Amino acid sequence: MSAAPGRVVAGLLTAGGRAVTFRFDGRIFQGLEGDTLASALLASGERLIGRSFKYHRPRGIITAGPEEPCALVDVMTASGREPNQLATTLLLHEGLEAVSQNRWPSLAFDIRAALDRLSRFLPAGFYYKTFMSPGWAWERLYEPLIRRAAGLGVLAPVVGAHAEAAETLHEHTDVLIVGAGAAGLAAAAVLGASGLRVLLAEQDAALGGGTLLDARWQAWRERRRAGLVRVPGVRCLERTTVLGAYGHGVFAALEVLGAAERAAFGGLRERLHVIRAQRVLLATGAIERLIAFPGNDVPGVMLAGAALAYLRRYGVAVGRRPVFFINNDEAYEALFALAAAGITAAGVADVRPASHAAQRARELGVDVLCGARVTAVRGRGALRAVQVVTGEGGQREFAADCLLISGGFTPAAALATQLGSPLAWQESIAAFVPELAGAVGRVAGAARGVFGLAAAAREGALAGQAIAAELRGREVAAAAAAAAEAEDAGLPADAMATPMSPLWEVSGRGRAFVDLQNDVTSADVRLAHREGYEHVEHMKRFTTHTMATDQGRIGGLLGSAVLAEARGVPLSEVGQVKARPYVQPVPFAALAGGEVREHYKPKRRVALHDWHERAGATFVPTGLWLRPLVYARASSWEAVLGEARSVRRAVGITDVSTLGKIDVRGKDAARFLDFVYANTFSSLPIGRARYGIMLREDGMVFDDGTTSRLGPEHFLVTTTTANSTAVLEHLEFQLQANCRELDVLLTDVCDQWAQFAVAGPRARAVLSAVVGGRELSNAAFPFMAAGEATIAGVAGRLFRISFSGELAYELAVPASEAERIWLAVLEAGTPCGISPYGLDALNTLRIEKGHVTGAELNGNTSAADLGFARMLKPQGDFVGRVLSQRPALEAADRLQLVGVRPAVRTRRLRNGMQLVAPEAPTASLGYITSSTPSVELEGWVGLALLAGGRARIGTRLTGTSPLHDERLEVEIVSPHMLDPENTRVRA
Amino acid sequence: MGGGGHGLATAYYLATEYGIRDVAVVERGPIGLGNVGRNTTIIRSNYFLPDNIRFYEFSLKLWEGLERRLNFNAMVSQRGTLNLFHTEAQRDLMTRRANQMRLLGVDAEAVSRDEVRSLVPLVDLDNGRYPVLGGFLQPRGGTVRHDAVAWGYARGASEAGVDIIEHCEVTGLRREGARITGVETTRGPIAAEIVCLAVAGHSSVLAAMAGLTLPIESHVLQAFVTEGIKPVLDVVLTYGAGHFYVSQSDKGGLVFGGAIDGYNTYGQRGTLPMAEEVAASAVTLLPGVARLKILRQWGGVMDMTMDGSPIISRTPLAGLIFNGGWCYGGFKAIPAGGMTTAHLIARGEAHPVATHLDLARFAAGRTCDERGIGPYPYLH
Amino acid sequence: MLRIHCPWCGTRDESEFRYRGDAGRVRPAHEAGLASFSAHVYERANPRGWHLEWWLHVAGCRQLLKVLRHTQSHEIRWVGRAEEPAPLPEDCAP
Repeated sequence: MSAAPGRVVAGLLTAGGRAVTFRFDGRIFQGLEGDTLASALLASGERLIGRSFKYHRPRGIITAGPEEPCALVDVMTASGREPNQLATTLLLHEGLEAVSQNRWPSLAFDIRAALDRLSRFLPAGFYYKTFMSPGWAWERLYEPLIRRAAGLGVLAPVVGAHAEAAETLHEHTDVLIVGAGAAGLAAAAVLGASGLRVLLAEQDAALGGGTLLDARWQAWRERRRAGLVRVPGVRCLERTTVLGAYGHGVFAALEVLGAAERAAFGGLRERLHVIRAQRVLLATGAIERLIAFPGNDVPGVMLAGAALAYLRRYGVAVGRRPVFFINNDEAYEALFALAAAGITAAGVADVRPASHAAQRARELGVDVLCGARVTAVRGRGALRAVQVVTGEGGQREFAADCLLISGGFTPAAALATQLGSPLAWQESIAAFVPELAGAVGRVAGAARGVFGLAAAAREGALAGQAIAAELRGREVAAAAAAAAEAEDAGLPADAMATPMSPLWEVSGRGRAFVDLQNDVTSADVRLAHREGYEHVEHMKRFTTHTMATDQGRIGGLLGSAVLAEARGVPLSEVGQVKARPYVQPVPFAALAGGEVREHYKPKRRVALHDWHERAGATFVPTGLWLRPLVYARASSWEAVLGEARSVRRAVGITDVSTLGKIDVRGKDAARFLDFVYANTFSSLPIGRARYGIMLREDGMVFDDGTTSRLGPEHFLVTTTTANSTAVLEHLEFQLQANCRELDVLLTDVCDQWAQFAVAGPRARAVLSAVVGGRELSNAAFPFMAAGEATIAGVAGRLFRISFSGELAYELAVPASEAERIWLAVLEAGTPCGISPYGLDALNTLRIEKGHVTGAELNGNTSAADLGFARMLKPQGDFVGRVLSQRPALEAADRLQLVGVRPAVRTRRLRNGMQLVAPEAPTASLGYITSSTPSVELEGWVGLALLAGGRARIGTRLTGTSPLHDERLEVEIVSPHMLDPENTRVRA
Repeated sequence: MGGGGHGLATAYYLATEYGIRDVAVVERGPIGLGNVGRNTTIIRSNYFLPDNIRFYEFSLKLWEGLERRLNFNAMVSQRGTLNLFHTEAQRDLMTRRANQMRLLGVDAEAVSRDEVRSLVPLVDLDNGRYPVLGGFLQPRGGTVRHDAVAWGYARGASEAGVDIIEHCEVTGLRREGARITGVETTRGPIAAEIVCLAVAGHSSVLAAMAGLTLPIESHVLQAFVTEGIKPVLDVVLTYGAGHFYVSQSDKGGLVFGGAIDGYNTYGQRGTLPMAEEVAASAVTLLPGVARLKILRQWGGVMDMTMDGSPIISRTPLAGLIFNGGWCYGGFKAIPAGGMTTAHLIARGEAHPVATHLDLARFAAGRTCDERGIGPYPYLH
Repeated sequence: MLRIHCPWCGTRDESEFRYRGDAGRVRPAHEAGLASFSAHVYERANPRGWHLEWWLHVAGCRQLLKVLRHTQSHEIRWVGRAEEPAPLPEDCAP
C-alpha cells in the first residue's frame, strides 16, 4: 500500500473523510472519501495515468474537472469493463478498480510507443494519401491494423449481465440555473426570493464553483446554501451536468447519484432530468486553457487552476517544486495557495512585461521572470526541468517536478451556442463570449467573460433580478434583489488584476499539442492549412482536433489560433469549432432510462391474454400487441394446420380483439364514410355489414375492413390491427380538416370491446346455444348481417362476417366480460369439437380463400391491383378518387394479385420468392407475398403480386429464391383458390 | 449550385467522363460541410425495387473503384451491412428484397440467429421485446470516410479544370422566358448554359428562386457518435424493430444513425426525443453498450420526397437540372448521383440507371416507394 | 423538443402530438382534375421560415390544431383550432 506524500493540508471535500482503498493497474492505493481518482493518485505521487491515442505518449493529469483530455481510465464493474472514465471526476469508492488505457503490455512499457518515434511519418491526415497500394491492401492489411490501434478504452460487457437501470425524471420549473458558482448562487437567491420555481444544476459534487477555491468566500457560500434550502421553490441538483439545450425551454441534464443515494435507490446510477423552463440562466463559468509549447503533454504539466483545485478541495499538492508558465493574474492564485501550504514555486514565466500578481509573488521571494516563455521541458515519463527564455532573450532552466500553466480563460459557451447564441470576440480576455436573447435567458459571470467572484456574484444577482422582473414583475424583483443585497453586504473584494495577454503557442523543437487526447499538434494544424483545409471545420475534420471526449475544452481555441496565424487573419475571423450536444459524454443507459429490454415498447395485451397464456399459446409481437400465434410451445405446420383444419371441418374460435374499432356517429356519419371509403356506405341498410377499402389520397389502398351499420346515424368501422392507430388518425384528420361541416363523432372503442371470430361449418350450432334473442338462420341473420345480440346473457354485438372463408360469426362483447363469454362459447362448442386457433392458422385460412392482409396491402397496391376496381364508387368525391384514376395506375403490367400453386404439388412455396419467366430468368415479374400448406387443397398455396397477373392466370412461371438456391415451376391461378362461389360463407 | 457530395461529383464526372470542363461549382460556405460532412457514411445497394437496386449498385461499383480513380484514400471499407429482422413479415420482405438483388447479380445473404451472434457478439438475440429472428447481409456494403469523399472529388474536379468557388451564395437565377441562363451570386453573376441544383436539404429554398415547387419536404436526420473504444463491431448493423443503425469508425467511435423527427425543419441540430429513442433501442438490442458514452449528437437536413426515392431530372425550366430529394440515401449515392447527373447534363437524356428518377413520375403515378408509405414524407 | 400550446389542454411536449404536414394546402374539389390533385398531394412549399402546419393532439383532446412554426428556429408563434384562420406573417409562404 502506497503512502500519500502529496496530501499536505486538509481539503475542503476530503477533510474528515474515511480512508478508501482502491486499485489502479492492479496496485493497491489508499485515498480519502471525497477524493476523485485523480486526487487520490496525485496524493500518492502517481503521475503517469495513460497513453495517448495516436503516438502512445505517456500522459498524466492536466485538469481537475470534466474538461480533462488525458487522465482517462477503464473501470471494472460487476457488469464489465467500462471505458474512458475521467479520473478527474470519478469519485473514489471502496474497492474501485481502475485500469490504464491504450498500452500493451503495461503502462510504463508500451510497445506501441515506438509509434511516437515514427511520428514525422504519421502527421494529421496521413491516411488520405497513403495505404493505397497495392489496391487490395487498404481493406485487408492497413485498415485492420489501424482499427486495432483505434480507440482508447476497452468496452467489455459481461455477457448476460445488464447494466444498472437509469431513470428519467420530468422537471417543470420557471428558471433553470446552470452552474452554482458565485453568479449562479446569487441569482438563485434573488429568483427564489421572488417566488419563482428555480432549479439549480451544478456539475460538481458541491455547490460553490470558484468560491470553493477561495477561503474568503466560505461564509458567503454557506450563507447562500443555507438560504436556498429554506426556499421551497428552489431545488439544487449536485453532480448534475446540463448536457444539451433543445429549444422551447427544454434541457437535458444528467445527474450522477452519490454513493448514499445510489444505495437508497437500489443501485441506480444516473438520472436523466428532462427540464422544461421558462428561462435559463447560464452561469457555467470559464475554462482555463492550455498553451502550446514543446513538451506541453509531459506528465507533470498541469493547468494552474487544477493545482489550486487539488490543494483546496483535496489538500493535495501536485508537486513540491512547481514552475509556472502563465499569462494572467488569476493563475497566480495557485502559487499563493501553494506558498501558504509551504510549497514555494521554483520560478514563474509570466508572458507579460509586468503584473500586479507578479509583484505579489516576488514579495514572497519567488523568482518571477516577466516577458518570458517556456520553450522546452525535460523528462519524458515525468517532468524534471523547465527551460525558459526571458524577455531579454536569456535562457534559464528550472529544476521542477511540475509545470503549472495558464493561457487564460474561455467562457463555457457550449449551451449558449446550442441555443443559437452568437459568439462575440472579446479582445480583453482573448476569447469568444456568448449572449442570449432575453426571451430565452441570460448569461452571467465568467461565462460572459466577467472574471472575479464578486463581479460574478453581482452579475448573477442582476441577471436574476432581470429574469424575475420579466416573470414576476419589477416590484417583486426589486424587493427580492434588495433583500439579497442586504444579506450580501461586504462581499470579499476581487483583487486588482492586470489584464491577461494572449499567448497561444511557443514554437521550438519538439511537438506542441493543441489536442492532447487526439494527439493533434500545432504542426498538424499548419499542415492542414498547407493542404488547403483553411476553414476551422475543415481543419477539425482533417486533423481530428476537438473531436475527442473532451471536445477540445482546454485546447480548442489554440487550434483556431494556430490556424489564424497560418492564414494570416485574426482569430476572431477564424472562429472556433461549433459545440454540439453533449456538454459531457453521456452513457446510453442514462439517455435510455427505463424504457429498455422488455419495457422498450409498451405491451398491449388483449383482454383474454391470461387465458391464451394458460392455454399454452406462443405469442408473437405485432406492433405493440402480443397476439396468440398458435396454441403450442412453438409454431409448427402440424400445429397450425391442426387448428386450421378444425375450422374447415368443424369449428374454431379466435381472438380478433386487436382489430381497430372506431365508433362513428352523427347525422352525417354515412356521408363521412362515403368520403373516406372508396366504396359506398350510405346505401348500407341498418343491420348489415360491408367490406370496405380506404385509399390514400394518392390512390393506393390504405386499409380494409368491415363496417357495420348499427343505426341510422351509427356505424362501427373495423380496421386492420397494423393500421388501427393510423386509420383513426386519418379519419380524425379528414373529419377536422376536410369535412368540418359534417356532424360526426369518432370514438376509438378498440379496448372497450373484445371480439372473437367463431368459424367453421358448425359455427351456427355452437352460437345458437350462446346467443340469445336472435335467430341465426340464413333467413334471419344472413351473410353480412350485423346487430345487437345477447351473448351468454351479456349485451353485445354479432356480425356474420368471415375472414376464413367459412360460415363464421364475430361476436363483440365488453372487454370486462371477455373471458366468461369465451369460456361459454368453448363450452357450447365442445360437443362440436371446437378448437381455439391463432394467427398462423388464420393466415392459412385467409390465403386459401384469397383474402389480403398487410403482405398484399403493402402501400404500393391500388384497388385495381387487388381486384377491387369495381368497388370504387362511380360518382362523388372520396379520398384517393382522382389520383387512383391516373393512367399509370391502370397499366396492364402493374403487379396484380394472383394465386400461386406449385406445378408439382409436393414442392413448397416460400414468401419472398420471385416469379420469372423461364426464358428470362433474371427479370422479376413479381413475387410471392404469402404462402401456406393448404388444408383443403393439395400441397402449398400462395398469393403473389405479378406483373399483368390476371392475364397470366392459367399460365406457368418459375418461382425462384436464389437466396435458398430454390427453383420450381408454379401455376398462376385465381387468388380465390378455395370456394370461389362463396357457398361456405353463405352456408 | 452546391459544393456538397453530389455537386462536386457531378462536376468531377462532367470534366473527366464527359469532357465538359467549363464548369463552376458555387458553394455558399466552404465545400463539404453540408450533409456529406455530417452523415453516417454507409454505402450499400440493398433495396427493394429493381430500379433502385440498379441505381445504387451502379453507385456501389463506382465506390469500389473510386480511390484509384481519384488517387485519394477515402477509406472505402466493405465490411458488410447486416439488417436484422424480428418478425416473420420482416423476414418475408427481406427475402423478397434479397432475392430481387440476387436476380440482378447483387450480393445478398441470409444470416441465421447463430450467425448474427457470431458476427455481432454484442447483440442480445432475445432482448425481451422484439427477439432477433435472423438477418440479411450484403457483404459488399460498408462505410467510407465521408469528408474524404468531398475532398477527393473536389481535388479531382479542380485538377480537371473545374472552378470551385467557395463562400459564394446564389441569390437568384437568371432567366429568359422559360429558360434559365445563369445565376446571381453574392460574388457577381455567372452565365451558364446549364444550371444544376445540387443542394439537397435546401432544394426547395433554391428552387423557389426559380418559381418551382418541388415534391419535397425538409426533415432532420440525426446521428450520434460515441467515445472511441477498441474494436467491438465489424459490420454495419441495422435494427429492425426500432430506429437505429450503427457502425464502428476506424477511430474507434460507434456511429449511430436515427430516424427523422417527423416534422419539417431546416434546423441542423439534434433533438432530445430522438436521442432517447435511439439510446433505448441501442441498449435493448446491444445491452453491452449501456455504459458506453455518446460524445456528440448532430443533425443533417434531408430532402424527403413524396416516395422516398431521389430525383435526378430535368425541370419545367429549360437549362435547369435537378439533383436532390435524396432522403436519407444521399451519401451512398454520391458517385452514381454525380455520374448520372453529369450524363443528363452532357447528353440531354437520363442515364440508363436513372430513368426512373424523373420529376414527372409523381403526377404520372410512377412513384418508386420502397416502403409503400405514400406521399407523407414525415412518415418515411 | 417542441412544446406546443394546445388551446384545449395547455402546453404539452411534442410527443403528445402527431404531425400531419402543411396546413396551407387546401384539398381541391374532386372536379378540379388531375393536375390540381397532383399538385395538392405531391408538391410542398417547404419554406425555410414560417410554416403553417397540422398537429393532431393524439395523447390529449384528439383535436386537430393549426400551428404556425418557424422551420429553422422552431419558434411557435401561434396555435389555433382547425377552423381558425391563422394570422400569417408577411414572410409566410402561401
